[in-house]
Amino acid sequence: MSRYLSIFWTFARACLVRDMTFRANFVLECVTSLGWMAMNLAFYLLVFQFTSEIGAGTGWSKAPFFAFVATGMIINAVVQTLFMPSAEELTELVRTGGLDAVLVRPLDAQFLLSMHRVDFSSLANGLVGIGLLAWAVPRLDYPPPPIAWVIYPLLILCGVAILYGLIIMLAAATILMGRNQSLYDFWFYITNFSRYPAEIYAGPWGGPLRAACTFVIPILLVVNVPARVIAQPLTGQSWWPVAGTILAALATLAISRRVFQSALAKYRSASS
Amino acid sequence: MSQAGATGDDVGGLFATRRPLAGLRTWLTMLAICIEERLVYRGDFILGTLMRFLPIVTQIFLWTAVFAATSRPDIAGYSRNDIVAYYLLTMVTRAFSSMPGLSTGIARSIRDGSVKKYLVQPVDYVSFLLAARVAHKLVYYLVALLPFGLVFFLCRSYFPPAPDAATILAFLAALAMSFLLGFFMEAALGMLGFWFLEVSSLMFAYMLVQYLLSGHMFPLDMLVGIPTGLPGVSLAEVVRWLPFHYTAYFPAAVWLGKIREADLTAALVAEAAWVVVMIVVCRLAWWRGTRRWSAFGG
Repeated sequence: MSRYLSIFWTFARACLVRDMTFRANFVLECVTSLGWMAMNLAFYLLVFQFTSEIGAGTGWSKAPFFAFVATGMIINAVVQTLFMPSAEELTELVRTGGLDAVLVRPLDAQFLLSMHRVDFSSLANGLVGIGLLAWAVPRLDYPPPPIAWVIYPLLILCGVAILYGLIIMLAAATILMGRNQSLYDFWFYITNFSRYPAEIYAGPWGGPLRAACTFVIPILLVVNVPARVIAQPLTGQSWWPVAGTILAALATLAISRRVFQSALAKYRSASS
Repeated sequence: MSQAGATGDDVGGLFATRRPLAGLRTWLTMLAICIEERLVYRGDFILGTLMRFLPIVTQIFLWTAVFAATSRPDIAGYSRNDIVAYYLLTMVTRAFSSMPGLSTGIARSIRDGSVKKYLVQPVDYVSFLLAARVAHKLVYYLVALLPFGLVFFLCRSYFPPAPDAATILAFLAALAMSFLLGFFMEAALGMLGFWFLEVSSLMFAYMLVQYLLSGHMFPLDMLVGIPTGLPGVSLAEVVRWLPFHYTAYFPAAVWLGKIREADLTAALVAEAAWVVVMIVVCRLAWWRGTRRWSAFGG
């Protein structure tokens, strides 16, 4: 374990050195990334010009909703920083046969393929997320109890773990398909469902969609459960989703590991 | 290099004056090649097309929840059904005006030097790109017809009754011009590569602006009443002075009857004017760019 930590530290340091070599580009990447966030926040502010709540009686008024958005920003920033840059390279590695060079190294292939690149500029979004959370929490009708602050970081980690598991499963699909340019698009579209409170998925179409995104692909647990712990009052009912999220995180990690290993076993080199 | 580029402009170019039939034949050959190229990775293409419908699902649920929580019958003149219909229609307009990979491709070809083949061959680069994009779109519509038809059939109750023939004609004209506007805006942007080695950050900034100001994110009528600091000028008016809204908002608003009569005619003329401006900007950028560009090696 300590060997892997030390290797990861080396990767992170190398990426930071490279980022700092092109400082202007790094700053520009941070700014554009923040621009995207600002645009989304402006859209939510516009929505709240016309309503006081997202969904009747859901409790997602302005401050709780922005705590929800902040939670999503923090989780996505961690995933974008640690895992997405490596995952984005995988398609080309598989198509060109570059994956062979990874497989012959005396390290775990999943570790190497999913964590060799670190994108520090994405951390900027996480910092904005923390700032937004700091703005929203004092404005909540129900201030979060101390226990919520203990569970919240754990649930953030669970959210990251679920997303990481999904990335690994998409990576496995890439290895099996040989070429999957739509991988990143698919990731964007599927995580899009987690951007809003689960309560919006209601009615004859929304109910089944909500169930599928909770129990089949647990994407709705990623942001909803930690955000609910911090932004909505904690009741006896709140503990079931918390337990479910922890279980879902463990299950996603285990299943994705199995799927990835079996995809690697079927991999045929594309190089000569 | 520049002399060859000028020669290439005469064959198959948008301003071609000599041998029009030969130019047309070249253009059709380019179109046929590009269609074949597009169909090579058709599985990936179909998958990508189908997935583009996913984000609209969340928008439908979001606005349904917003309307459920408010007593308003409409928001900025849009009922809940109008908003759903608007998002679906912007999918159609974006299918015409979005040009994925165009500007980055141009910038890359300038950076890695591959643009030089268009300077020595009797093929105009912009015309070639236009043919490639028409081919891309034709294949896209062919593939997307089924999912688009299915989604629109399932969501038919959200749409108001079909507009009159004149509005439908105006809608089709707006769509065709949105294709040309989208193409020439992105092509002109890609040609910034003649002046800057790396333009990816500029592209991303353009993408952000385009996404926000085109009306892809929400109906731009919602910006009415939002102050800009200029007396009597709302944000919606500023956005309407810019060309971006023709690439998503405008055709959708035309179909939904939000823009009518004299306003509609004026907007169509303004869109046509923007197309001409962008063609000229693109041509000027190519002309000036190829004159300052240098390629070395074999």
